[in-house]
Amino acid sequence: MKNNLKGWLYLLPAIVFLAVFMVYPLIDVFIYSVEEGYNSASQTYFGVGLFNFNYVLRDPYFLQAVKNTLILVVITVPLSTGLALLISLGLSSIKKLQDLFQTIYFLPYVTNTLAVGLVFMILFKPTAYSEGLVNLLINFFGGRSVDFIDGPYWAKMFVLCFYTIWIVMPFKILILTSALASVNRDYYKVAQVDATPSWRVFTKITLPMISPMIFYLVITGFIGAFKAYSDAVALFGTNLNAAGMNTIVGYVYDMLYGDSGGYPSYASAAALVLFAIVLTITTVNLLVSKKNAHY
Amino acid sequence: MKNKVSVGKVLIYIFLTIWAIMVIFPFYWMVLTSIKSYSSYNGEYVPQFFTLSPTLENYVAAFTQVPLAKYFLNTLIFTIITTAVMLVVVILAAFAFARLEFKGKDLVFTLFLSLMMIPNELVIITNFQTITSLGMRNTFLGLILPSITSIFYIYLLKENFAEIPDELYKAAKVDGTSDFKYLVKVMIPISQPTIVTITILKVIECWNSYVWPRLITDDEAYFLVSNGIQEIRENGFGRENIPAMMAAVVVISLPLIILFLIFRKKIMAGVSRGGTKG
Repeated sequence: MKNNLKGWLYLLPAIVFLAVFMVYPLIDVFIYSVEEGYNSASQTYFGVGLFNFNYVLRDPYFLQAVKNTLILVVITVPLSTGLALLISLGLSSIKKLQDLFQTIYFLPYVTNTLAVGLVFMILFKPTAYSEGLVNLLINFFGGRSVDFIDGPYWAKMFVLCFYTIWIVMPFKILILTSALASVNRDYYKVAQVDATPSWRVFTKITLPMISPMIFYLVITGFIGAFKAYSDAVALFGTNLNAAGMNTIVGYVYDMLYGDSGGYPSYASAAALVLFAIVLTITTVNLLVSKKNAHY
Repeated sequence: MKNKVSVGKVLIYIFLTIWAIMVIFPFYWMVLTSIKSYSSYNGEYVPQFFTLSPTLENYVAAFTQVPLAKYFLNTLIFTIITTAVMLVVVILAAFAFARLEFKGKDLVFTLFLSLMMIPNELVIITNFQTITSLGMRNTFLGLILPSITSIFYIYLLKENFAEIPDELYKAAKVDGTSDFKYLVKVMIPISQPTIVTITILKVIECWNSYVWPRLITDDEAYFLVSNGIQEIRENGFGRENIPAMMAAVVVISLPLIILFLIFRKKIMAGVSRGGTKG
């Protein structure tokens, strides 16, 4: 009996914090999402129903955010995973400078997204004084200058994707490099004895052996990209709706706070829609990986 | 045959170098811009890739014209307190799961693990309302409270604690050592590498945190560096003073880069065990 109490005592701080800041909010978000016309100031509402979902799903800002997020996901997840695989393969085939490259590649992981986003902004943005480095490069190859920060939609989307990939690469390279390093050397030796061509070694040995890690990266990549937000703020500023570059998570926060805020019910409905999308995609991913991955 | 192999190697090195440049270049550009003077930066239609007259005036501006030192100090306080309190909470919980026997332990542990799947975006809405209604906006307490438990770190540490042989515990019990003393004198020193890893990962997370601080503070006196840099971008220096802005960016980025270069191996091992960004 005394022991029972002691165990709970040690757990108490964790349980209290989780209860207040995770379990209760988790229940509350469902309640918020069905309270119609909730007023933050008076904490009152006048009905229960699905109006909030209806509103959110018709809100042009939300639809724009969904579109932006989907494009971002579809472009960055395959590109970053593929590029990370190429780089990791390159890394694991060299000895000299391997450590140096690995250290450099990891740098974006420890940098502040908001701060380094400013550097990307000045590289891509033409100003009154200069076209900006990227545009000068484009001009050099005979192209016309584009305002990547306040200009056409595809240009802004390009920078956003580029920056997102730059940010997520360290994690993927790290995971794939350690996966490659853990493949049993004996397989390669046998292949060498049999004089197996290198692309066959790759598709028949390497790829199957690291496929669980690739699927892991694809799944976490999808989840991460669906929650994109601070990279967009870093590039386009806090008013993402005006820039037309809002993301789903950005929409949730805008509904909560700031000039457009004060609507926790709409925010909750949007967050639940996002959660439903992510859950569906993760489930599909898991089913596909169960079928194809070699464990 | 031998020749063909070395051509392949050269191509690999070229490819790897290109990506290395892509990664390094923004850092180089930010340091370079931060040491150019305002007039020389704006005078360059084609930006120069090096400067012969470096200046520290932008760093002076960053610390005098905008409250960068304040943002920096706030972030330091926030990071230290959050990490310290989280370590206590996490260590106690991990110890209970790994070493103590009590009714309902397995059930609670399963519940903890299932909570790990809940995305932050779902709970942040109510947390925002909670902290607001408690009148804790623009306070350190409001900034810190929601981020002092991490189920993932509890899980990581519990696994580590569980590896410590039972015999040690039984011997300590025979000697009449209390559980708490055993935790402090034996388990924590043995698990020190994991605890250091957790600490570093949490410090990185705190230093870079943006969303929660943005929701919960609108008084500049409580801004952390992420919000500070956003504020500087939108309202500080006058919009065109890019070199001063870059100096602020350098100051903000430096602590974590130094931390990384010191603890490189530990950080990378820790992240590959289960850290994701964002």
